[in-house]
Amino acid sequence: MTIASRLAAGKAGPVAAVSLVIVAIWYLGAIYMNAEMQIDRYEREETVWSAGDLVRATLSQERPLLPAPHQILIEMKKTIIDKPITSKFSLVFHSWVTLSSTLLGFAIGTALGILLAVGIVHVKTLEKSLMPWVISSQTIPILAIAPMVVVVLGAIGLKGLLPKAIISTYLCFFPVTIGMVKGLRSPDPLQMDLMRTYSASRWQTFWLLRWPSSLPFLFASLKVAIAISLVGAIVGELPTGAQAGLGARLLAGSYYGQTIQIWSALVTAALLAATMVALVGVVERQLLRRMGARP
Amino acid sequence: MTPSPARSRTPSAAEGGRRTVVETDKLSLTFETADGPVHALSEIDLRVEHGDFVSLIGPSGCGKTTLLRAIADLEQATAGRIEVNGVSPHQARLDRSYGYVFQAPALYPWRNIERNVTLPLEIMGMSRQERADCAGKYLELVDLAGFGKKFPWQLSGGMQQRASIARALCFDPELLLMDEPFGALDEIVRDHLNEQLLQLWDKTRKTVVFVTHSIPEAVFLSTRIVVMSPRPGRIIDVIETDFPRDRTLDVRETPAFLEVAHRVREGLRAGHSYDG
Repeated sequence: MTIASRLAAGKAGPVAAVSLVIVAIWYLGAIYMNAEMQIDRYEREETVWSAGDLVRATLSQERPLLPAPHQILIEMKKTIIDKPITSKFSLVFHSWVTLSSTLLGFAIGTALGILLAVGIVHVKTLEKSLMPWVISSQTIPILAIAPMVVVVLGAIGLKGLLPKAIISTYLCFFPVTIGMVKGLRSPDPLQMDLMRTYSASRWQTFWLLRWPSSLPFLFASLKVAIAISLVGAIVGELPTGAQAGLGARLLAGSYYGQTIQIWSALVTAALLAATMVALVGVVERQLLRRMGARP
Repeated sequence: MTPSPARSRTPSAAEGGRRTVVETDKLSLTFETADGPVHALSEIDLRVEHGDFVSLIGPSGCGKTTLLRAIADLEQATAGRIEVNGVSPHQARLDRSYGYVFQAPALYPWRNIERNVTLPLEIMGMSRQERADCAGKYLELVDLAGFGKKFPWQLSGGMQQRASIARALCFDPELLLMDEPFGALDEIVRDHLNEQLLQLWDKTRKTVVFVTHSIPEAVFLSTRIVVMSPRPGRIIDVIETDFPRDRTLDVRETPAFLEVAHRVREGLRAGHSYDG
């Protein structure tokens, strides 16, 4: 579909309208939240000011309480496009640091999640013994666990990528396990009976029936998993002394009250997550279409 | 009430050169449920010989499906004896000696029709070439030639069920177990498939055990009709028919057909009044 035909189909219009409303609310919020500080300043400097002055000033502060969208975009352009990738101030560099541990953690977490699900579905005692641990692992706040993981792994000489990736893994195996347990159990009784009438082995039943039935569930889980994997990587960067990564930018920004820097790192992280979820969606559509899903 | 024939012969005993394919002797099956035991089958004596087309007919809950599943080793009998091809149902299942057609097509939606039909061959480790040959042959047999590359959702319900019959036939089992295969289809499609199934049975000389709750379907298809009644599921009548093997749907208008249908109906009614 071309952009023109999509516009004609009438989907772009409502989406654009909603986006515009959100941006407008953001601007109003920025004016309202930054006004107090600006008025204080005017009073301190005994400046005469008009409403127009106030609005303009609230949208161009250096350290606003809530930066306006255009301030964030300008900061992002500066740090993503204008800075060389090798620079310490390049958001591309920091994004790559975070992305690499996100992807490593996602890969390990997905593998672990699938493995646990296969075990839980096939071995009754594993369901009883593993499932409570799987669930309680997610009740512990990740912020409490992250520093311990980083410190413990650091003590045995593991530094850099792996400790952060392990925090991502810790978060992202969970939706994969839950989704895959459900997915591997999704074949209906007739489909299972059919395998029995052929006296198929467990492996054949798994590979020819359970696994293909579970794929739609797997992809639903992967979309959640990749997004929280990014969260895990960012959280993992906070206790490492904030050397590099989007987490480091967040932390450094909050040290120095650089709200625009914080927000641009946040927006970048959100865009990164959205892109990865979309990519998982593309792979899902391709694969499921080849498996005969209705277009 | 006619007792079921031949309850004390050995499974290997041949009669007129015909081999016993299924034999049960005082077969009982009880499900343990939360509300207490449910007697699904009670002292079933049944004998199916090679080339027979045996229909099990009865109201819902009479255990006809359970009996079929017991033959297929999908349920375990609690008492009595059951043999398929002279061995236990379990061994018969391991030998892959029957093809089973379920109430629903139970096609795997991610496989196209050809790969659905050849699923059993894949499990049995046949080569890709052999599988493709079989698919072509059996899709033609059930009148689905040219639909091999379609996915199940692209076919009508009747076509899907025909594909599932091709799947049950493709590894050439001698015995075909069919559990209300046409129950979900409309009457016109059902009539058409009944005729096709009869031709298929005539052509392939398979033994068929067929579960249904339609009297015309049972009388039209069967060489023997086993009438069952519920709670506990038991056999109350066994009716032999001798319509020509190449009969068409027109046979349903003949007095002989109506007579058999009447006897089946009487049997079903007797089963119900007994139930109170």
